[in-house]
Amino acid sequence: MGRIRVIKRQEPLGWPSCLVVLGAAGVSLVLSGILLGLQDRPPLTATAILFQGAFGSAWAIEDCLIKAVPIYLCSLGVAVAFRLQIWNIGAEGQFALGAIGATAAALYFPELSWLLLLPAMALAAFLAGGFWGLIPALLKIHMRANEIIVTLMMNYIAILFLDYLVYGVWKDPASFGFPMTPTFSESAIVGRIGDTNINWGLALCGICGLLVWIFFRFTLLGYELKASGENVRAARYARLPYERLVILVMVLSGALAGWAGFIEASATLNRLQPSIMVGYGYTAIVVAWLARLNPLYIGLASFLLAGLRVGVENLQLELQVPAAFGQIMEGLILLTVLAGGFFTEYRLRLRPRP
Amino acid sequence: MKRILLIIMAGILAWSPAAAEEKKEIKVGFIYVSPVGDAGWSYAHNEARKAIDGMEGVETAFVESVPEGPDSERVILNMARKDFDLIFATSFGYMDPMLKVAKRFPDIAFMHCSGFKTAPNMGTYFGRMYQARYLSGIVAGAMTKTDTLGYVAAFPIPEVIRGINAFALGAQAVNPEAKVRVVWTKTWYDPATEKEAAKSLLDVGADVIAQHQDSPGPQEAAQQREVYSIGYNTDMSPFAPEAHLVAPVWNWTPFYKEMVHQVRTGNWESKSYWWGLEKGIVDISPISDRVPVDIREKVLDKKAEIIADTFSVFTGPIKDQQGKVRIPEGNSAADAELLGMDWFVEGVIGTTK
Repeated sequence: MGRIRVIKRQEPLGWPSCLVVLGAAGVSLVLSGILLGLQDRPPLTATAILFQGAFGSAWAIEDCLIKAVPIYLCSLGVAVAFRLQIWNIGAEGQFALGAIGATAAALYFPELSWLLLLPAMALAAFLAGGFWGLIPALLKIHMRANEIIVTLMMNYIAILFLDYLVYGVWKDPASFGFPMTPTFSESAIVGRIGDTNINWGLALCGICGLLVWIFFRFTLLGYELKASGENVRAARYARLPYERLVILVMVLSGALAGWAGFIEASATLNRLQPSIMVGYGYTAIVVAWLARLNPLYIGLASFLLAGLRVGVENLQLELQVPAAFGQIMEGLILLTVLAGGFFTEYRLRLRPRP
Repeated sequence: MKRILLIIMAGILAWSPAAAEEKKEIKVGFIYVSPVGDAGWSYAHNEARKAIDGMEGVETAFVESVPEGPDSERVILNMARKDFDLIFATSFGYMDPMLKVAKRFPDIAFMHCSGFKTAPNMGTYFGRMYQARYLSGIVAGAMTKTDTLGYVAAFPIPEVIRGINAFALGAQAVNPEAKVRVVWTKTWYDPATEKEAAKSLLDVGADVIAQHQDSPGPQEAAQQREVYSIGYNTDMSPFAPEAHLVAPVWNWTPFYKEMVHQVRTGNWESKSYWWGLEKGIVDISPISDRVPVDIREKVLDKKAEIIADTFSVFTGPIKDQQGKVRIPEGNSAADAELLGMDWFVEGVIGTTK
């Protein structure tokens, strides 16, 4: 008989940490399988159906990529703020504002050619989302208001503002009173890549991800930002411009979520309506954490999470598993991966009894 | 092990050719906006799905809790890809997504509930729930002591506004003093919010609570405060046995059976259906014993009149909240007017915004 001792690692685990993540995902799959078995569903077949629905065909992968786009942009935005240890819980509201900004451009200048209109919509979404991020940043700096509370509360304001617009001034006169704007003109719709169903939002994800990665990896500002995030006091002592960094990350964070709103409104809905809000802003927080704020991993995590959600639909269709099962699986994965994080920081050593 | 495999394979071999030679088998898909266990809207659709699932040669499947938007397009698309023959989308927000998919799959029959857009292979269907709401309004108007009826409502869209107006007209038919106070929750299914909304109406003097929500939250609020309630979607009396007086209910089974029959016999075509009490697609649940017999009889008389088409709910003169006559004496509102209704009748307190 020995005793298990927990020892903190000198250095965080390097590449083997991805084995930890895979192991954790495996554990959550096994747990899900047990749950399925308890409901009299064949666990192995169910898992196969889940994967087949998510990644089993070209169009399934397309579906996952389409769904991953808004999750990725929101999550990337959230991760930028989290790097500075600014807890932006407001991606949902910033997403809404971005959709509103893009819609405003689309509705007021429908005649413009797409060459002008799409950039105008992107700019409007950037500014609107960024503005929604700027407010909590200013409140934090000048009034010491907690950004978690402020960003969270501003989500509700943003959603109500969106409702106000689509139930009121922007309501399509031809919609029989239903809350939705008119359909955008052709030139306001982000097109599809080649013959696929995937829209160009995917390319936007790639570019944004690359820029964020370069920013943190190779620029001085990015370095200052990471350093300040590690230790605010030390950063102030080193005369790093903490306040300006807070403003920068919040505006960037909001703008990225705003772009997600732009792509959703333009490419997938072709209009603004209340059902655009499906909680990507909150999903983004989970994804950013799972991916440890790394732009590449965020891409992977967004894709996998989108795959899980798409796959669960297939599971519902084939085996009539309740929709809540998807949420349970998501919860299990998050829980096991975060718990698995323990092993990247600590190791266990079996000590023989003296 | 080998024997089991053999049995399975024999089963597969025996089953598949026979199935192809029988009558045409069809696959019917349903997409729901909320969980099927909600005792509400999706539950009612799912009960009808179960009913047609028992029919010969019919296989059904559903996906629940699908948000209205891009997600619904993918779900409908996947059903189409899996060669479903008939697909029912049961929420308004599925209209545009379904239309997009319908254009790509011309051989599949698509039916969208509660919308207004159609295609050569996409029809719409709905029920005249306002007729049943009118009947429930008679009960509420007769049972209130404070002349204030509370109405917990989901979204200010024509369907809901129409229902509130019909309810108010029913109440005023037996109690000209009856007022209907409306609270919007901007939710379809949020038990906590909807219960709180009902409480806020009770606080301002309402003593009968009606609802256009999919959760029984308002029923529970009425039960706790010992006042009366009017359910919706299904008979909600199990949730509020003391409070529940009656509920306007959905019964989609006759409609779904008809559609399945049409598709199987190759006679389906894209149409807009708006059935009412006469087909049984909408109805009222059994009326509580607490309601006096003469009122119960009055309700059943009105129901018979509506079925016989000798009475129409929106028959003038009907004034709006500002006292302006919207439907002149002797006229009945046309369907187009009802489908786009965005104003409240006199006696409703609240705004349609």
